[in-house]
Amino acid sequence: MSEVKNVLSLHGISKFFPGVKALDNVSFDIRPGEVHALVGENGAGKSTLMKILAGLYNPDQGNIIHQDKHVKIRNPLEARTRGILLIHQELSLSPELSVAENIYLGAWPTNFFGVLKKRKLNKDSLIALSAMGCDFGPKVRVGSLSIAKRQMVEIARAQAFNANVVIFDEPTASLTDTEKEQLFNTIRELKARDVGIVYISHKMDEIFEIADRITVLRDGTVQGTVHTKDTNINLITKMMIGRELNTFFTRANSEIGSEVLRVEKLCRKGEFENVSFSIKSGEVLGLYGLIGAGRSEVAETIFGVRKADSGKIAWMEKEINFPTPRQAIDMGLCLAPESRKEQGLVLNMSGKNNVTLPHLVKYSNYTVMDWRRELATFEKYREVLDIKTTGADQEVVQLSGGNQQKFVLAKWLCNEPDLLILDEPTRGIDVGSKSAIHALIAGLAEQGLAVIVISSEMPEVLGVSHRILTMSEGRLNGEFSGMEMTESNLINAVSQHLEQTA
Amino acid sequence: MKQTLVKITTEWLMRNHIWAFLFLVVIFFTFASPYFLSINNLSNVLTQSAFIGILAIGMTLVMINGEIDLSVGAILAVSVALSIGLQNSGLGIWTSVMLALFSGAMLGFLNGSLIALSGINSFIITLGGLIGIRGLVFVYTGGDALIVKDFSYTEYPEIYLGPFSITAIIFLSLIAFFQWFLTSTKHGREAYAIGDNAEAAYDAGILVKRHVVINFTICGFLAAISGILLSMRLGTAEPQAGRIWELWTIIAVVLGGTRLTGGYGSMLKTLGGVLTLAVVQNGLRLMNTPNYVELIVMGAVLILALGLDRLFTSKTRENV
Amino acid sequence: MIGEKALKGFFKRNGLLLAFAFFLAVTALNAPAFLTVGNILDVLRQVSIVGTIAIGVTFVVITGRFDLSVGSGLTLLTVIVVDQNNIVGPLGAIIMAIFGGLMVGVWNGLLIGYLKFNALIVTLAMLSLLQGLTLWYSGGANVNVHNAQTTWYAFFGRGDLFGVPVPVWILLVGGAIASFALMKTRFGRSVFSVGGNETTSKFSGINAPKIVLFAYIISGFATACAAIIMGSRVMGAQSTIGQGYELNVLAGIILGGTSLLGGSGSIWRTIVGVAMLGFIQNALLLMGFPYYIQWLVTWVVIILAVWIDLAAKRGKILT
Repeated sequence: MSEVKNVLSLHGISKFFPGVKALDNVSFDIRPGEVHALVGENGAGKSTLMKILAGLYNPDQGNIIHQDKHVKIRNPLEARTRGILLIHQELSLSPELSVAENIYLGAWPTNFFGVLKKRKLNKDSLIALSAMGCDFGPKVRVGSLSIAKRQMVEIARAQAFNANVVIFDEPTASLTDTEKEQLFNTIRELKARDVGIVYISHKMDEIFEIADRITVLRDGTVQGTVHTKDTNINLITKMMIGRELNTFFTRANSEIGSEVLRVEKLCRKGEFENVSFSIKSGEVLGLYGLIGAGRSEVAETIFGVRKADSGKIAWMEKEINFPTPRQAIDMGLCLAPESRKEQGLVLNMSGKNNVTLPHLVKYSNYTVMDWRRELATFEKYREVLDIKTTGADQEVVQLSGGNQQKFVLAKWLCNEPDLLILDEPTRGIDVGSKSAIHALIAGLAEQGLAVIVISSEMPEVLGVSHRILTMSEGRLNGEFSGMEMTESNLINAVSQHLEQTA
Repeated sequence: MKQTLVKITTEWLMRNHIWAFLFLVVIFFTFASPYFLSINNLSNVLTQSAFIGILAIGMTLVMINGEIDLSVGAILAVSVALSIGLQNSGLGIWTSVMLALFSGAMLGFLNGSLIALSGINSFIITLGGLIGIRGLVFVYTGGDALIVKDFSYTEYPEIYLGPFSITAIIFLSLIAFFQWFLTSTKHGREAYAIGDNAEAAYDAGILVKRHVVINFTICGFLAAISGILLSMRLGTAEPQAGRIWELWTIIAVVLGGTRLTGGYGSMLKTLGGVLTLAVVQNGLRLMNTPNYVELIVMGAVLILALGLDRLFTSKTRENV
Repeated sequence: MIGEKALKGFFKRNGLLLAFAFFLAVTALNAPAFLTVGNILDVLRQVSIVGTIAIGVTFVVITGRFDLSVGSGLTLLTVIVVDQNNIVGPLGAIIMAIFGGLMVGVWNGLLIGYLKFNALIVTLAMLSLLQGLTLWYSGGANVNVHNAQTTWYAFFGRGDLFGVPVPVWILLVGGAIASFALMKTRFGRSVFSVGGNETTSKFSGINAPKIVLFAYIISGFATACAAIIMGSRVMGAQSTIGQGYELNVLAGIILGGTSLLGGSGSIWRTIVGVAMLGFIQNALLLMGFPYYIQWLVTWVVIILAVWIDLAAKRGKILT
């Protein structure tokens, strides 16, 4: 009883990416039979740490001690043979293979000729499945199972490979309440068999329900590790945010004008329902919610990339039909989407061409592109936004995340929009670019622009917005302004909704 | 119990809609032509389908892997030319056949190795193969057709087991073997995992590159088998043998329901696709339609197959 | 002193052109007839048909898609333009061929752009369909232009302008126009954008299905132009006249260095690629090799070209 033994511990782990220190001297340990939650804002380093544990990244500095031995986890296979298993947020199963085959993927029992020993495979899998109380057999095709059941298949791997450490990455993101209970029971069973569990989640209520200890990460460093029974949501949130608000952020000191956009009872089946709000010129409206709450979907529907099922939309106090992206851009409604690389930029195009891509008509005479005007715009925004690039022809794929994000902004700012929707504008970029973008948002609002900032980073939303809407499970469930804009109010709003409906 | 049976049947039909389609086609031609539904004719259809069919087996394997092989027609021509050319130059029949099979496998191995080593898209590598391997045939034959000297060679296809020709039996046995291969061996099951998500398969410890090389080798070997059967049947080696057969093969496989994107498909689907293709060709000829109708119908059917596949995929997705 | 690294980089980037130059030099030494104006014009005349089609297909490939139907499209349109010469006269025949080419493009484009069907399969189906239509139209018989010696239609395939064959002019002028459209216009920019990242294009208000449709229409139009040249040159056609052209077109495009993944490429690269293939084939013939050796060489050249290109790009990302 003198000391608690760790199944896995990390000492002084650091990981660098070009321009960013993702992890800085992080130490972290997991004991057998405990659930250790890992919390932090987006970009705090949780996913990097998780990927190091699972062998997807190698640390630049530091040691990993697994079952009293110094080890290196060079690849996912090595992690698995050591008994360290990652349950992905996006599941990594092959739909055409059976449950049993997926459980033992890459480690199938075969005879000398490479023929599968199906009976053994199915028998072993059945043991793993029944230990978890699954109601489906090992021979079922995974493609015919629901998402929750597929997740069970992944967890069954832990059983099958006799895992000693299991990492869950946002496991409840796509589960119903009953399925969540089932998952928690499974986790408790793993716990009872002395498996060490790392639980990564944004949802505070879940963490306080299931975790024994909580480690808080912020900006790549550990803020502390505490026992769940010694703490509460507010303390954890403080640790996550850490800094004094308002010192980092500049809120626009702008004149609020007339209404720019009003949305009424916007619905899209399976994604969100009854979303109503409005925004005025000069206003910065924060939209806070967890990933998967339907925030991006709402933005994309207003912008016209997705089609609304029902609802009304009014632009400049006049009711209009739902626009196509083209119409939205032309009337001055712009969306800087969530994923820079997949939605925001054409990576192998030059910076100049990316900036003018949505405005080809504007930058051409009789369909012929006017490169002088294009270049003038490029140079203007390169200076305004302080973009570091070698020139107009450099492909944006070669730039850092922060500079890429500035190109996304330039792409919309040169349209001089009336309403700019920014979806996660500072995700995955360095601190310097972050504050530059926050200052820019304030500046734009002061010039009379309406700005919607969608973010899952609470300090960002609190710091830049005049008014905040919270969203959870496809519904708007709170509106805060002035003194009501506090961390605890926002957290309560996004996590209490579950209990109200249950 | 009854309901689950219905459910299972519908799910099977959703996944193997080609068989329902084949059934409709057969019904149609039974009424359209009195000659169609006779043992003799059907046995003929089966024999004729075997050549494309054997190519399609290899193609299915490669496609489940998420790759494509455009060179199968050319490899077939190599094996046709070698099996006849070598025995004419004095080697025994079976030695020639073995050498032809070996060279087919080697050409497949070459394709697969180039893809694995270079990381170039298999479409480009095998497009090159389609042009170049055909060139090899011309180099070997000098551009002329070879005619078999020992006519006993052309008598092998005349062996029948009931209504089944030896060619058809070989085709069906290969289908059965490779269906088993896909469902029951480690290699076969890995193909699905790789085709669905090569990166995840690699992370799980599957040797993706070696797997690709093996599949292309098998595909080349099967093309050679098809070539030998063809050479026995024709007794001549045209250097243009099997020209654009790779296209018909792809059509048959896609018609069956195997997806070009990988991770989905089976030999039974391919069998359905091959038979449908052969029945349509045969039926239209029995109806004395001009040959262009066949080409137009095949084009239309292929587009229809894409439409059906889209319909069924979106259905199954909704079920999840 | 030029840095060793820079020199290596130069060889890596231009290795293909250097190898080609070396090949030309060797050929010129072995076959004096090779580097004569007459022979060069001959080669260009020969590549002009493949080249004209390849210009159109390049648009399709830059959007990240394929067109395998151009070979049988060429056959059908050549048969039509030749046969209709005797019925409605050259002008009518040319208009019909162009109309036919546009229709093929519209069909491909609607199915691939708007219904999002797999381009490989749709154009394969179109290949089969067009072959069928050709046989239906001609009944498998050869067709000829009856007044081949007197018609002005001969201008497109057999004529000369300032000492250069008209088909070469068509290739060059068509190439220049296409290059301008691709590099300097709104449409061209959209083509690159759709091939580079379709989702981003959608988020930027670009109508991707429409762009894809137009790319296929251009491909169909280019095929029709090639058919007009072909018919004029041969003054006849049979149902196999365009067989295998889709492969030559793709080979030329790949050799030129346009990525089949879409988002990059250029018209002049395509023309260079097609011309390179033409010169290699011509050189091999002049050196006394049988015609089929050119296929073996094409095989090796394509794979080497793409491999070198890929290796060079990987190198670029690493440094």
